[in-house]
Amino acid sequence: MFENLTEKFQGVVKALRGQGRISEGNIEGALREVRLALLEADVNYNVVKDVTAAIKEKALGAEVLASLSPDQHFIKIVHDEMTKMMGGEAQELDLARRPPVPIMLVGLQGSGKTTSCGKLALYLQKKKRSPFLVPADVYRPAAIEQLKVLGSQIGIPVFDSNPGADPVEICREAVRFADRNGYDTVLLDTAGRLHIDEKLMEELRRIKEAVDPSDILLVADAMTGQDAVNVAKAFHGKLSLSGIVLTKMDGDARGGAALSIRAVTGAPIKFVGVGEKLDALEPFYPDRMASRILGMGDILTLVEKAQETIDEKQARELERKLRKSQFTLEDFREQLLRVRKMGSMEELLGMIPGMGGKLKDLKGAAPDEAELKRTLAIIDSMTREERRNVKVLNGSRRKRIALGSGTTVQEVNRLLKNFQQAEAMIKRFSQAGGRKAGRNLPFFR
Amino acid sequence: MTDHSSDSFFSRLKAGLGKTRELLFMNVEAIARGIGPVDEKVLSDLEEALILADAGAGLAHEYAEQLRAKWRRGELPDVEALRAALRRMIAETLAPRMVPLAVAPPYPFVVLVVGVNGVGKTTTIGKMAHWLRGEGHPVLLAAADTFRAAAIEQLKVWADRAGAEFVRHQEGSDASAVAFDAVRAAAARGTHAVLIDTAGRLHTKAPLMEEMRKVVRIVGREIPGAPHEVLLVLDATNGRNAIAQAKTFREFTGVTGLALTKLDGTAKGGVVLSVTREIDAPIRFIGVGESVDDLRPFDAAAFAEALF
Repeated sequence: MFENLTEKFQGVVKALRGQGRISEGNIEGALREVRLALLEADVNYNVVKDVTAAIKEKALGAEVLASLSPDQHFIKIVHDEMTKMMGGEAQELDLARRPPVPIMLVGLQGSGKTTSCGKLALYLQKKKRSPFLVPADVYRPAAIEQLKVLGSQIGIPVFDSNPGADPVEICREAVRFADRNGYDTVLLDTAGRLHIDEKLMEELRRIKEAVDPSDILLVADAMTGQDAVNVAKAFHGKLSLSGIVLTKMDGDARGGAALSIRAVTGAPIKFVGVGEKLDALEPFYPDRMASRILGMGDILTLVEKAQETIDEKQARELERKLRKSQFTLEDFREQLLRVRKMGSMEELLGMIPGMGGKLKDLKGAAPDEAELKRTLAIIDSMTREERRNVKVLNGSRRKRIALGSGTTVQEVNRLLKNFQQAEAMIKRFSQAGGRKAGRNLPFFR
Repeated sequence: MTDHSSDSFFSRLKAGLGKTRELLFMNVEAIARGIGPVDEKVLSDLEEALILADAGAGLAHEYAEQLRAKWRRGELPDVEALRAALRRMIAETLAPRMVPLAVAPPYPFVVLVVGVNGVGKTTTIGKMAHWLRGEGHPVLLAAADTFRAAAIEQLKVWADRAGAEFVRHQEGSDASAVAFDAVRAAAARGTHAVLIDTAGRLHTKAPLMEEMRKVVRIVGREIPGAPHEVLLVLDATNGRNAIAQAKTFREFTGVTGLALTKLDGTAKGGVVLSVTREIDAPIRFIGVGESVDDLRPFDAAAFAEALF
């Protein structure tokens, strides 16, 4: 569905191509597609109205930059406007004041507060802070226990909250305890609650009053729908949020809630949660989020991730090979090894524009660790000639390779099929990338 | 689950809706008041209300077009009639999905509960256990969420509250092994229902989804026909992503029923209109709160009423 949307979007935008400039007459169709794309990405209806109005105003009469065609220019305006609305630079926690610095995490049930607390603690520890975890959820069964377990996993102390106590008292006492024991940052994990639960919302206000936190972070699920504005407004109205943590971003939700929440609170998104492991917390980049919401793929993140692990010269060499269709199993092997260093292949593929829905076709191309090992064994059992030209691999050679690698002929066949898929995909991708965005091969840059 | 449910559930939803109106900056007063003539503005407000309920722009447009046609034929004299027509359309669409979960022999009747993180699987199981115990069924809860910290302890609390038996392994152990032990124990003890709690997992994580497939296989090998129900829990707060969740969980686990949780907030859960188009499974339960009684059978008419 997302792919269709993106393609449709690109189709309508293409209609702008060949026009000298963007005008009232030719922009309506494109704006409509933007509107639909945003709604399908769960951006709130009223926020969509504001965004499209702003885009229209910017786009109309804007001189088309010499280097861009009108359709490219339009996409740039859309992207820029959304980026701007989600806040320019990434924002940090406010840790400047005299310790202990209390930080409150609030949100609906199941948004990921406790996990985010653990992640923030680890993040702070890496920044040479001395964090202290405080479970203040006395309602959900075993919530206190959950934070204690997380704390012990990362070696960060957890306040021994009394489940029978008032959460306000727990927080007040915990901050005092932190002060006496030299912890400089106190993470208060509050219970999940509905924003219309007046009694529990009042409890949060009292906690705020009791400990005067430097940051109050709303933890929000990236999959949240239209209701995100109601939730964010209510929490912001009661507590004046200082920031947002957007969780479950490792899924395939487009995350339009990010735009909605930012629009109604004005509070910056400070972190995003990208996995269940406790180190899966990243800073928020508005420009990438804009791409994601629009379904343009997270090209920048991809490029950056790849840059960390891929040598520029090697990348250029590979790109040259690809263009000349000389992508061999040797290159494939190298890529697999790099991919392992970069993170999961699925994650990477998901970042490529238009690749989201194709993941299923590529299931075999996204190997887990054991499969990766077998794959490498198979490739290593080939002769140099075979690796460079898979066409020579007849039945008896395949049998030999299977024997040599301790696998089966079926597995060898599967690998070859995956390789051909990868080859085809990369070729297609390199052509598309080169033409459309003027960026060739972001995957391997 | 008792029969007064429809009434009190409805009043709760109404109460929630009342609060929403104060919070929302949405522009549907005319519709909410239900007075005045129908015009283009009212129709577009209605479309907007459906979008705000997470029904999706496409579906909202479809409904609005159908109503527009009725209006042009003179069938909708005022806003009240318009509202009633839309409610009827939605209620009729969802009526076939009102099939309650029937726990029946041959026992043990095995229910596997699945879903993404934080939708309320464990709480839903706790409430289900309470309901089944009230119906006189011996129940066993299986703690197959061996991943999330303290998930086992959380389920244990619910088991104790409901007076259900409990099967657990160590944290980090194999979910299939827990499920296996649980159904075996239930078969040996003559327990009627086994409710298997699983770790929340994003549907995009293939290895974790494969693990679910394995649980289904193992349970089925042990008890013919099991799991008798694969219950996918969806969070009403979620937007369009619920569709992708439903499709993928169906592919891996063969979803046979849905539970829609967190309807006691201001989210309307309109995405189930799209979900039920994509997958052919009844809505077994809705969740309207955190206490043991806050699990209700799905009522299409009440749901449609609360939607806008």
